[in-house]
Amino acid sequence: MQSAEFSLENIRKDFPILKRTVRDNKPLVYLDNASTTQKPNQVIDAITDYYRNHNANIHRAVYALAEESTEAYESARDKIANFINVKNRQEIIFVRGTTEAINLVAYAWGRSQINEGDIIVTTEYEHHSNIVPWQLLTQEKRAKLEYIGMNDDGQLILDDLDKYLKTGKVKLVAFSLVSNVLGTITDAEKIIAKCKAAGVPTLIDGAQAVPHMKVDLDTLGCDFFAFSGHKMLAPTGIGVLWVRKSVLQTMNPFHGGGDMIREVHKYETTWNDLPYKFEAGTPNIADVIGFGAAIDYLTKIGMDNVRQHEIELTKYAIEEFAKIPGLKIYGTNDITKRGGVISFNFADVHPHDVAQIIDQEGIALRSGHHCAQVLMERLNVSATSRVSFYIYNTKKDVDALINSLKIVAKVFKL
Amino acid sequence: MSSGTDIYHEMIVDYSRNPLNYGEIENHDVTFHDSNPLCGDSIDIDMKIDNHKVTDIKFHGRGCAICMACSSVLTEITKGKSLDDVRKIQKHDILSELGLEHLQAVRIKCALLSLKVLKSALYTYLGTHLENSDGIDTLKTEAENLY
Repeated sequence: MQSAEFSLENIRKDFPILKRTVRDNKPLVYLDNASTTQKPNQVIDAITDYYRNHNANIHRAVYALAEESTEAYESARDKIANFINVKNRQEIIFVRGTTEAINLVAYAWGRSQINEGDIIVTTEYEHHSNIVPWQLLTQEKRAKLEYIGMNDDGQLILDDLDKYLKTGKVKLVAFSLVSNVLGTITDAEKIIAKCKAAGVPTLIDGAQAVPHMKVDLDTLGCDFFAFSGHKMLAPTGIGVLWVRKSVLQTMNPFHGGGDMIREVHKYETTWNDLPYKFEAGTPNIADVIGFGAAIDYLTKIGMDNVRQHEIELTKYAIEEFAKIPGLKIYGTNDITKRGGVISFNFADVHPHDVAQIIDQEGIALRSGHHCAQVLMERLNVSATSRVSFYIYNTKKDVDALINSLKIVAKVFKL
Repeated sequence: MSSGTDIYHEMIVDYSRNPLNYGEIENHDVTFHDSNPLCGDSIDIDMKIDNHKVTDIKFHGRGCAICMACSSVLTEITKGKSLDDVRKIQKHDILSELGLEHLQAVRIKCALLSLKVLKSALYTYLGTHLENSDGIDTLKTEAENLY
């Protein structure tokens, strides 16, 4: 059970979109949170308040508005550092999202560190954002990309990692903390311990983890960590790359331009301090401030309560799914090893057809390959349907989904 | 209005389970493959062509019920037609056959993927078999701008 601060009823009141109806006057049942979450009034208000009352560029001008916007922008950085237990705020770099964060590492770190014959290791259950940047980099450098395989329970086969580490050629191991398709929670501690023993840096895609559970970077011990704001109540277009300072100091800039410089002369430039060296141009000020408001909101609820709520919903959904003949769930049934994401297929019905039929009942869930085609190949399917929960979802939402699947069964004569 | 659940009428559901002309042609004269990057529908079309006529056509691949049903109808319409007539097949011919004239924008690519593949296949074939391949570029443009 959740503690007193977690009131589902009060939480739902904060999300105006949950009051609307869709299609044929059906209440919206939003179950695509792994893709993006809805936004509470507190976040929407923070953004409008910034534009209505404080809008000015940061870090430069001396007038009052600029001071206010700089203060709001930088305090969001502190909130985020605190939220993921990062001691040094200089290690928090604002980017557009997880995709840009990983590309930044591939470009600004990878291009100077990866050489011909080196190996970068990723996993079979990565999002394309943790595969394609490494393909680009390894192709450019004539390096190799290898994959840690996955067993039928959706768990990584860490013997594969041992095999690659033994070659002595691995320069980076990149993996997601929670799979966006299977919900599998990766055994990050074990992977990082193995990599540390081999002197290999690690990058974690935390996009599906930070919104849903307590993540403590100080104890985790990886070297790069990326996540997105919009999957945790914040606006789209804002995310974070965290890099351990000792690594960050070795990195070249990603983009050149304003704000990332110390001095610019005709033929040479010196760089600004961290993290500004990596934040070229006018940043996404309003959405950083919105991100700060989202962190405040989640902090107030408590991440342990968020996780507990999702465990209860996921458990309930898995139990209800099991009662439907022909419905196949991917990944583990062990609730301690999975987040609030469930991918499934329903008999021989294509996920797009499932999604379209249940959309008429107001249910929003995702169908497709979820930007994880390597995983789809491994599962030997072209697509899955996926439900993913967040703090405002209820057991009633799960019931509505189950009922709508009965319509699918009727249409397709299952 | 063909949206929502209404589009899943008998014919669509039947064709999705038992598609017509499904399979491969071993000695095809032309084959073409394409997919929809966002939804992952993926279709190959093989054709046997004699005397400027499609004597056999088969498709294979993976897709939703809409994609499978439309591929069935398209291959059925195409079979036996002269290449000139195949060039004249328009999206309306497929959609109307299945009552999908008002299909919502997000699903139209499922319905028309096979037509896109057919046009590209024809373009490929004509490019290598016609002595005068002038004018076939319209096929390529049509395929590219289908949806």
